[in-house]
Amino acid sequence: MNWTWFHKLGSPKWFYEISGRWLPWLGWAALVLISVGLVWGLAFAPEDYQQGNSFRIIYIHVPSAFLAQSVYVMLAVAGLVGLVWKMKLADVALQQAAPIGAWMTCIALLTGAVWGKPTWGSWWVWDARLTSMLILLFLYFGVIALGHAITNRDSAAKACAVLAIVGVVNIPIIKYSVEWWNTLHQPATFKVTEKPAMPVEMWLPLLVMVLGFYCFFAAVLLMRMRLEVLRRESRASWVRSEVRALTEGER
Amino acid sequence: MSNVFVLLFAREARLLCRRPAELANPLVFFAIVIALFPLAVGPETQLLQRISPGLVWLAALLAVLLSLDGLFRGDYEDGSLEQWVVSPHPLALLVLAKVLAHWVFSGLALVILAPLLGLMLGLPGSAMPVLLLSLLLGTPVLSLLGAVGAALTVGLKRGGLLLALLILPLYIPVLILGSGALQAALQGLPAAGYLLWLASLAALALTLTPFAIAAGLTISVGE
Repeated sequence: MNWTWFHKLGSPKWFYEISGRWLPWLGWAALVLISVGLVWGLAFAPEDYQQGNSFRIIYIHVPSAFLAQSVYVMLAVAGLVGLVWKMKLADVALQQAAPIGAWMTCIALLTGAVWGKPTWGSWWVWDARLTSMLILLFLYFGVIALGHAITNRDSAAKACAVLAIVGVVNIPIIKYSVEWWNTLHQPATFKVTEKPAMPVEMWLPLLVMVLGFYCFFAAVLLMRMRLEVLRRESRASWVRSEVRALTEGER
Repeated sequence: MSNVFVLLFAREARLLCRRPAELANPLVFFAIVIALFPLAVGPETQLLQRISPGLVWLAALLAVLLSLDGLFRGDYEDGSLEQWVVSPHPLALLVLAKVLAHWVFSGLALVILAPLLGLMLGLPGSAMPVLLLSLLLGTPVLSLLGAVGAALTVGLKRGGLLLALLILPLYIPVLILGSGALQAALQGLPAAGYLLWLASLAALALTLTPFAIAAGLTISVGE
């Protein structure tokens, strides 16, 4: 197998160029998928026979909950790559992805509360899945706070990486212990191994929304990483010429 | 190699014995937190007995957290940590000795004090073995997990609050299993399942966290 692409990722300049080429594609894909999914899901998908129209919030709730969990795993993977191969870009990815993940967790919790009020009769219940999402939010806060507290950039990245890895090892334990403690939430909406319980007209827009959210995450992450790369490499000549070209283009 | 472990353990024990006041602080904190709860929720015996499993565990958890803030600080400031990092012995083994010594003097003391406070909260004598056993299995996990946070924050001036933010979410499984065991014992149900889970968490923490602590210390020293 050819590993050149992987080693090239170590070069900020190469990353800046290639991500600049990907960014418009990802941005447009996110825009199209999310708008199609939203209109389809909110206006055209059939009503639920029990929950009526209130179920439609899953078209935002489920994708954000998906992302909230997978972004944390991504943090740990980026941390591992950064610790093992000392790749600076992995450090950048870790620190730039954490706030996005925290926001996704917030959105999942808020939309869950909005859905819970008409369905369960209260904004918040101490149910296993809600509680583990809340704990996930605290784990994100921990990573972000540690990154801000350490002034040295490299040690901040390494410390965050260790914390994210410890967190990922703990997440299954936390999840199962909380589930044992109390559960009321329905099981996961999508399972890779099983056919979804929803009719096709309901889950297809959801699938579109999930893909759209992933594209949106990738686009925002790339934008944040590009900015951080420019900031970190501000002394390099290619950054100077790049910034000069950008500012002159504006004038 | 095991010789180094024993030597370091003895050194830590001697150091801790020389400062008995610091050892007493978490215990006093534990007792005060427990004493505050009846004042806050009212003195009814039934209510106190019902919430006592969670209460004892929560207080123990906070006391361990409080005692961990200074775990590596002294060694960091006088340069011993740097010597550990550059020494030929595996750092994970050294930190394990350090954390275990710390646990023997603070965690174990909590375990010994807990039945008295449990009795004051109205825990029946029949629940005492489970209380002791669950704390005996759970507090090492708390110490070891907390040491990861302490290692990552040792170089920071105000690490205490950050330490709580990093570590408390990771403590949740121990809290659930420990208070669950006690709750089961209180209702006369078998608690063995919870205790076995706690024991497996302890085994996991004992084998895995030393590496994370060592990595954290290397980062903090390297800064």
